[in-house]
Amino acid sequence: MTTAGSFLTEEMRQQAIGQKSAPRTIDVEKGAIIKFAAAIEDDNPVFSDEMAARESRYGGLIAPPTFLRSVGVDRPAFPYDMPFNRMLDGGSDWEYFHPVRAGDRITAISEIADVNERTGRMGLMIITTIVVTYHNQFNQVAATQTSTSIRY
Amino acid sequence: MAEQVYWDDVKEGTELTPVVKNPTTQQLVKYAGASGDYYQIHYDQDFAKSNNLDGVILHGALKNAFLGHLVTKWMGPQGDLKRLACQYRGMDMPGSPVTAKGLVTRKYQKQGANLVDCEIWLENKDGEKTTPGSATVALPVRN
Repeated sequence: MTTAGSFLTEEMRQQAIGQKSAPRTIDVEKGAIIKFAAAIEDDNPVFSDEMAARESRYGGLIAPPTFLRSVGVDRPAFPYDMPFNRMLDGGSDWEYFHPVRAGDRITAISEIADVNERTGRMGLMIITTIVVTYHNQFNQVAATQTSTSIRY
Repeated sequence: MAEQVYWDDVKEGTELTPVVKNPTTQQLVKYAGASGDYYQIHYDQDFAKSNNLDGVILHGALKNAFLGHLVTKWMGPQGDLKRLACQYRGMDMPGSPVTAKGLVTRKYQKQGANLVDCEIWLENKDGEKTTPGSATVALPVRN
């Protein structure tokens, strides 16, 4: 493993930006929504109580806002080796366009939007910005998620 | 049904009703299973310590979910979440309570929607904001 003060060149940045993952498609199961809501301890009935959710304006169960994490889309691969073993999640920025309902079929693709390096208290860090786009079965963008990860 | 907040009644500085969470290692395991995030720093103490951590830590995405809970609960059944963002600045450990809080920072209309922006954050038991963020919601108006 390199201990040099710098890893990324401008050329390597440009090679990485625009790299996409394979698409991943899942069917949103009612039970998965209910389990997710239980795991985050959110008792809003639109996420867990089918009968109450039917009375809501959605007409049925919808997924909590961060449920789409569970789609499990791959990170886009870097077109070269990344000599960093550790990774932390830096943050997430979601935009929502359509509710995600039980029975939806969601397809997610992730794309590297930016990559930079910085030296912090843990030494050299690679900061990657990834945008995940989640389409539903009507080919509508249900949500996008811009997330930052830190390799060190 | 939960209470409904109306755009008319909200102003800059209006507080979102706080949501208190008491995460446990059991919750981290439940979240790992529900989300499919099996990174060992969230359930394996030895693995976490070998990664320069004091022990297992909350998933960033779980903290994001806590903030989602705060905002969707506050906006009520007629509210629409448009945006939810946060940064994981500080680590939180199971066994220590965190409180999701928020304030309305801006109230405006755009493309026919009645919107409010909120500053939101998770606070640990020492009052430190470990997870600052922001959210935008559309709220109904009174007839």
